[in-house]
Amino acid sequence: MSLQATTSQTVGPFFQIGLARFYIDDLTGPGIAGETIEIEGRVLDGDGQSVPDGVIEIWQADAQGDYAHPGFSEELASIQKTDPQAKEHAQTQREQSAFWGFGRVPTQADGSFRFKTIKPGRVPAPDGTLQAPHIAVSVFTRGLLRRLVTRIYFPDEASNAEDFALKLVEAERRHTLIAKKLRDGRLEWNVVLQGANETVFFDC
Amino acid sequence: MATLRGYRRAEPGTQPDHLHPPYVSSIKRAPSKPLVYLPHTPSEITGPSFDSFAVDVKASDLTRQHHGEPLGERIIVSGRVLDEDGRPAARTLIEVWQANAAGRYRHSVDQHNAPLDPNFEGSGHTLTDEQGNFRFITIRPGAYPWRNHYNAWRPAHIHFSVFGPAFATRLITQMYFPGDALLPFDPIFNCTADETARNRLISVFDWETTVCEQALGYRFDIILSGRDSTPWEK
Repeated sequence: MSLQATTSQTVGPFFQIGLARFYIDDLTGPGIAGETIEIEGRVLDGDGQSVPDGVIEIWQADAQGDYAHPGFSEELASIQKTDPQAKEHAQTQREQSAFWGFGRVPTQADGSFRFKTIKPGRVPAPDGTLQAPHIAVSVFTRGLLRRLVTRIYFPDEASNAEDFALKLVEAERRHTLIAKKLRDGRLEWNVVLQGANETVFFDC
Repeated sequence: MATLRGYRRAEPGTQPDHLHPPYVSSIKRAPSKPLVYLPHTPSEITGPSFDSFAVDVKASDLTRQHHGEPLGERIIVSGRVLDEDGRPAARTLIEVWQANAAGRYRHSVDQHNAPLDPNFEGSGHTLTDEQGNFRFITIRPGAYPWRNHYNAWRPAHIHFSVFGPAFATRLITQMYFPGDALLPFDPIFNCTADETARNRLISVFDWETTVCEQALGYRFDIILSGRDSTPWEK
């Protein structure tokens, strides 16, 4: 049987009433290991105007590079069988933590959003290498007929240079995926929907 | 050689382009640069599970969230969440939101001059069962005006948000009603080039879902991307 995936539609301006129940801006908690990080940014349109009616969802691994996903270790097994680097990675993983890894925040009137989480560990790529630490991001706004998929990477991370996904991106645009460290240690990462400084979005 | 299997990509035309000028809000928000093709990694083939959330039965019956009953035509919307190979998405979260019978959302941004209904929130959620089935009881939403163009009215619709098994399968869409006279004029409904794909957003009136002396039933199946049959290769 071959069906066809349902077509996407915009989240529209009124998603608050439907999506607010699962707004989660703090992924940290007792017993969750890892370096706490705070990320903030703004969503801007092609005129540089703030987007006050968007919602950002994040999905990430825990500090050990483990996803809170049923069957994840089985998925990984297929890579680990053949790749020594990934196999070593699996052996250093501890038991799955209480970390869930999902967050959802709406943008504010000035287009801003922020969330608190832990820095994720490295997870394998399909070619058996380890990816640099990153957070997978979905962007939904009024005006977007399909979600936009992007990633947040971390500054001062040597592994960015060899990252599976970053290497797919033209060198001069990679910086749009890498958060900037602010003076107080928080991270800034913006979503520019359109224009010269447009964020890199993935066909996912 | 790695054997990680990703999820399938959409057939051309079956998903909207980001830029669809008749939908004016897309003009300044659609990316202008090509998307970068990303072979799926563990980050895309995993996704959040909502399985452990206890879902209150009232969350899927939008007519019983207040003491009184909401005004309007009570309806039942049921369907299945499946992948492109017909495999059910079990225990996956579905969130819905909609206008009331008068075409007004319980949202501060909605300034349409139509009454709010004190007995209707217009939002609900549920988890699919092991076979991917879901069922909501609600009120048929009204059409409402918007400012996209002169005398623009949205056809009646219910917003659906679905996760499925992975980050790659995440979907937000809208369900429409059969026979709605506004459908041919709606730039959001018509944003998808492929007519067959577009028309699958229209629910089907269904006697099996209809409950005698209670409510008309509509069927709306949601199909998520299927798994690649062959693994990614270097």
